[in-house]
Amino acid sequence: MVGIIGYGTQIPRYRIKVEEIAKVWGADAETLKRGLNLNEKSVPAPDEDCATLSVGAARNALVRAGIDPALIGAVYVGSESHPYAVKPTGTIVSEALGICPHVHTADLEFACKAGTEGMFIALYLVKSGVMTCALAIGADTSQGAPGDALEYSASAGAAAFIMGRENIIAELLDTHCYMTDTPDFWRRENAHYPEHSGRFTGEPAYKKHVFGAVNAILDKTGMKPEDFDYLIFHQPNGKFPVQAARQLGFTEAQYHYGLLTPVLGNTYSASSPLGFAATLDEADPDQLILLVSYGSGAGSDAFVFRTTERLLKNRDLAPKVRKQLDEHRKYLEYGVYAKFRGKILKPE
Amino acid sequence: MNIPRHWRETPERYRLEAAKCRKCGKIAFPARLICPDCGHKEFEKINLSGKGKLLTYTIIRTAPEGFEDIAPYAVGIVEMEEGVSVMGQVTDCDPEELKTGDTLVTKFRRMSEEGKTGLIMYSYKFVPDIGV
Repeated sequence: MVGIIGYGTQIPRYRIKVEEIAKVWGADAETLKRGLNLNEKSVPAPDEDCATLSVGAARNALVRAGIDPALIGAVYVGSESHPYAVKPTGTIVSEALGICPHVHTADLEFACKAGTEGMFIALYLVKSGVMTCALAIGADTSQGAPGDALEYSASAGAAAFIMGRENIIAELLDTHCYMTDTPDFWRRENAHYPEHSGRFTGEPAYKKHVFGAVNAILDKTGMKPEDFDYLIFHQPNGKFPVQAARQLGFTEAQYHYGLLTPVLGNTYSASSPLGFAATLDEADPDQLILLVSYGSGAGSDAFVFRTTERLLKNRDLAPKVRKQLDEHRKYLEYGVYAKFRGKILKPE
Repeated sequence: MNIPRHWRETPERYRLEAAKCRKCGKIAFPARLICPDCGHKEFEKINLSGKGKLLTYTIIRTAPEGFEDIAPYAVGIVEMEEGVSVMGQVTDCDPEELKTGDTLVTKFRRMSEEGKTGLIMYSYKFVPDIGV
């Protein structure tokens, strides 16, 4: 038996509303909000990045797991906003958590799927018996070019999961990965902002891979949509996951807790992992959860988890997602947001 | 800050590692080789909890090089739960709203960077304790 023994999240305090961005670019905020099912997004403070958010989330996961950090044999950080092009985020995070030096670390990148990539590797390393525990983190301080559609959604956050074989709070039942080479979104070396292929990001990209992963894992497990208590899809906006869920036969009650994008934005590698954490915050024991990520380029990882009694014991030991999301928010004007995100050119 | 010094200070900056004297119990942060109270040379390694009360602070309005973009910001002295005083930046808050006696907690944050292509220095900073 393998599964999650602790989870934790970190969401910045700062927010910006769609209206605030739209008024700078002469866009109609109501159309955007309705079209994207998105109202506001999180913004990292100037001293927050992928590494700091990862450490914050992982510290909360360690509190919930209640283990000695030295038991963790691997640390995987999935992100498309690693602070360095060459120098691992994983070593910074491992050092801050007190896991170094007997640990395997790797920085993963697969657009918005990098977080669940780490979860997949960590779960199977622990299942294989190579190590006792492994830590997987999805974290991003994602960038959207000024005025681009992505600027309304690209946000920041992190979710961390510690995998183990004892004291499990959510047991892994099965996984399935669905990948093809699909050019829907990319960022070239040295490019500051990503580019995307507009509407092509929908049907042939997001939906094809999410549907592919869901249908395959339903076949594999012999389960039906109604067998699941909860569902979490990747959330590039608030529209895609809702459309996909309904078309696949899931209901609002199943994705209710995991759908965070309308008030959080798209946290990229942390998007579906944060939705999963928010669902664990609310789930009862012995409930089935389907988690399906999506990363451009493109692919989806699907996981089926079953919660255990232990979830109720440890989830109040660290802050819940909705607390980080809903309390003590600080709203920014566009000028301060632009300064925070390094969008203002200054002389060198 | 030069790179070897930053690397040497990683234990206290990243993990709040302190040294507790095995003879008199005095906690030194950062760790020391000789106890400032009793002169003993054997210590137990501990990690500070990260929680404390703001003893005093100042607001930096004319910031040194590298910190101009975050001014105004507060730098405070915090009495940690373990009784040791620690100085650090207070972030994620309006510095005008701080009060002595406020409960603060540490977070792992970027401290500085050596330009846009150099090393990024990470360290603890204090934030108001809002339970998140």
